[in-house]
Amino acid sequence: MLDKIKQFASEFFVTGDPLILGAQVSIGLSMIAMIFVLSYFRKWGWLWREWLTSVDHKRIGIMYIICSIMMLFRGGVDALLMRLQLAMPNSQFLQAEHYNQIFTTHGVIMILFMAMPLMFGLFNIVVPLQIGARDVAYPFLNSLSFWMFFWGAMLFNVSFVIGGSPDAGWLSYPPLSELSHSPGVGQNFYIWGIQISGIGSLATGINFIVTILKMRAPGMKLMKMPMFTWSVFSSCIMIIFAFPILTVTLALLFLDRFLGAHFFTLDGGGNPMMYINLIWMWGHPEVYIVVIPAFGIFSEIVSTFSKKKLFGYKSMVFAMLIISLLSFFTWAHHFFTMGSGADVNAFFAISTMLIAIPTGAKVFNWLFTMFRGKIRFSTPMMWTIAFIPCFVIGGMTGVLLSVAPADFQFHNSYFLIAHFHQVLIGGVAFGYFAGLYYWWPKMFGFKLNEHLGKWAFWTWNIGFYVCFMPQYFLGLDGMTRRTYTYDFDMGWGPLNLVSTVGGFLMGVGFIFQVWQIAHSIKFREPDVTGDPWDGRTLEWSIPSPAPIYNFAVLPEVNEADAWWEQKQKQSLSAKQPAKIVYEPIHMPKNSSIPFLMSALWFFAGFGFVFNWMWLTIPALIGVAITMIARSFSYDTDYYIPADEVKRTEAALKGAKV
Amino acid sequence: MAHAATQGGHHAHDHEHDHESLKTFGFWIFLITDCILFGSLFATYMVLHQNTNGGPTPEELFKMPGIIAETFILLTSSFTSGLAVLGMHKGNMKQLIGWLAVTVLLGASFVGLELMEFINMVNHEGATISTSAFLSAFYALVGTHGLHVSVGLIWMVGLMLQLKRRGITAVTKRKVAVISLYWHFLDVVWIFVFTVVYLMGVM
Ligand code: HEM
Ligand SMILES: [Cu+2]
Repeated sequence: MLDKIKQFASEFFVTGDPLILGAQVSIGLSMIAMIFVLSYFRKWGWLWREWLTSVDHKRIGIMYIICSIMMLFRGGVDALLMRLQLAMPNSQFLQAEHYNQIFTTHGVIMILFMAMPLMFGLFNIVVPLQIGARDVAYPFLNSLSFWMFFWGAMLFNVSFVIGGSPDAGWLSYPPLSELSHSPGVGQNFYIWGIQISGIGSLATGINFIVTILKMRAPGMKLMKMPMFTWSVFSSCIMIIFAFPILTVTLALLFLDRFLGAHFFTLDGGGNPMMYINLIWMWGHPEVYIVVIPAFGIFSEIVSTFSKKKLFGYKSMVFAMLIISLLSFFTWAHHFFTMGSGADVNAFFAISTMLIAIPTGAKVFNWLFTMFRGKIRFSTPMMWTIAFIPCFVIGGMTGVLLSVAPADFQFHNSYFLIAHFHQVLIGGVAFGYFAGLYYWWPKMFGFKLNEHLGKWAFWTWNIGFYVCFMPQYFLGLDGMTRRTYTYDFDMGWGPLNLVSTVGGFLMGVGFIFQVWQIAHSIKFREPDVTGDPWDGRTLEWSIPSPAPIYNFAVLPEVNEADAWWEQKQKQSLSAKQPAKIVYEPIHMPKNSSIPFLMSALWFFAGFGFVFNWMWLTIPALIGVAITMIARSFSYDTDYYIPADEVKRTEAALKGAKV
Repeated sequence: MAHAATQGGHHAHDHEHDHESLKTFGFWIFLITDCILFGSLFATYMVLHQNTNGGPTPEELFKMPGIIAETFILLTSSFTSGLAVLGMHKGNMKQLIGWLAVTVLLGASFVGLELMEFINMVNHEGATISTSAFLSAFYALVGTHGLHVSVGLIWMVGLMLQLKRRGITAVTKRKVAVISLYWHFLDVVWIFVFTVVYLMGVM
């Protein structure tokens, strides 16, 4: 009996590696610490009532952001481990297998569990406020989306200490990801972690499309929507078209592994190439899904910090919609070398290059907005400015890669690694950082410390170029991606060392950011205006943080920069605004179902991972029960009485003057 | 939304209306995503349907009489779900629940027949999901449709219970409208399955 348990434990827990042991110990310790702190301060009830069951879009947004920062840490540690391994030739720091696991988890975590939730966090916090709405269209579904993301990400993350991580790359190409080549549970974690959180992403896509189409303040025509909202809209359109493809692809891979089906296997008539087509039909739009909202953020920031209307509003909207459309017709540029033939390659090469046109138009619009503007170099604006050269270089190397014959040379080399990090870090990560700095006061009612912010900014940026510029040359020298070690005589040592130093500099940048947040919380200087940047859109017209109902009275809108317009008018007329009549406000009630349902999904997924039907089946039945319970509950909303709104507003205004 | 606060009741009612139409709209978008989901499965089937790997072929497997019966049953159920909606609009609870019950029965017999078909294929022809890529794609596509129908059945039964309890309100009206939308959608998907998988398979 004891032997059996020992045997089981040795398969169940990943052991034998000091790194992993360290991680296990630190996970254990931080869990104990968390439980202790929550119990000591009697915060369990508060946590449950105010956060875990909340359907308030602002709270959900904050939870997304917290999780994504933790994932940035985890993905960043992975990155630094890899860079450490590659710093010197013939390094013995990581074994090949371990290295494979690390680049796989790094890629997945950065894109799906860092960039996506950071993006959803900003959607949640900003969109309803920008369009003058009291909430998203489906608050309950919104909470469900968050928890599906959360539990999916947890399922993926436990693979590190339980059972073993996936190691077939972030897109899990077969046959590597098939049972024949990956018999362990790692791929199952990949499939279910992504599947569960992917359902949440799909639901968010639907939710925000409806929110944007149906919940805008009176007078806000589509062509008067703030640019960030437009970018969210484009991104969500891509989500609803791309994510179902991912769902199917993962489900089929699962059937291959679980029931011995032959979709992508080498035998039985399967076709691995079909997987590669399917996954990139999702994967390519996916990178645009995460970058388009960053474009929206830059548009907001450029216009606010230049004190000018955005240049070329209509062309910006048009460009974004074109990019969303084109992104679905470029997927094959990820495998020019895999024998699709010259015609097919030419089609995809041209469609890829076409994307550069609307993107270029956007860059010029930002530059024209800044031109002759009164520019203020606050941190959000600095990240925005830094983004432009970074993205231009990344874009150009991208066009180089899109030339099919050239790609035969660059394919899967470090040139590619440098290119996509340039657009992902320079575009997505910098963009979301800018957004985070910009909207932070709206979320919490105080600004982040600018001084530390500038330190973070410079270390990140310098680190970035030091890390990735050498990689272009390494790629041209023939170093391929996913190389875990190399010989002295390749001559790649010096450039790799430089690159690693750059990587660590970015790590220092991250530490500055954490320090910045801690420092700003400790020495908080409350922002009582609700409009610390002299903003232009509606979210700045209400106090920070916004009251639960956002707008006591729904605003009327005539222009894209609605709040700016209102401010101009107010300063022109000395008249006091007319007396406000408050009405009762209709709000959704909190619910514990999203948390419970997603936790049950976690257990169902965990059961699938280990092929434990005794766990999966009850968990799935539990999921069904929670769904039915929701369907049968009719008492899901309430009204905030007008008096209470009046009192809240008075209190908020009192703090204002 | 410029109502006076004094008419609390009227205001609340109006709001509810808004919310219900919002949910129907969202469901339409959900259906778009479901279209893409089925689209991907159809594409997979098209790519793999000739890879029979020495196993049984579509001509050998598909028994058209059964399939045609399934098709008629499902089409009829779509019609009866429409009658249920008509009943609802007339405010006729009996008609509404009655036709929903008929729809459930027809849907259940569709699923039953489909299951029998699958069991036959496995038992008599040894045609399992792991026999060939063609069969993997077949079971995935047709099975996903069957799963959708089954979920619809549970959902419909739940809805009938709610209707009994709460009567015809703005909320239950929307729920009936949504499920009938779903049901028609599954019908349309089935027509594609019937054509692409079965007809083209035996032709
Ligand atoms: C913060 C600094 C970062 C560093 C130092 C870094 C470093 C690396 C390294 C060394 C690799 C492995 C290359 C290989 O051996 O194939 C890699 C792969 C990758 N990284 Fe990063 N990375 C960083 C940030 C990011 C971010 C922010 C994202 C996405 C938003 C990202 C997405 C990816 C992806 C998708 C892969 C490919 C994984 C695969 O090959 O399957 N990285 N990164
Ligand atoms: Cu691409």
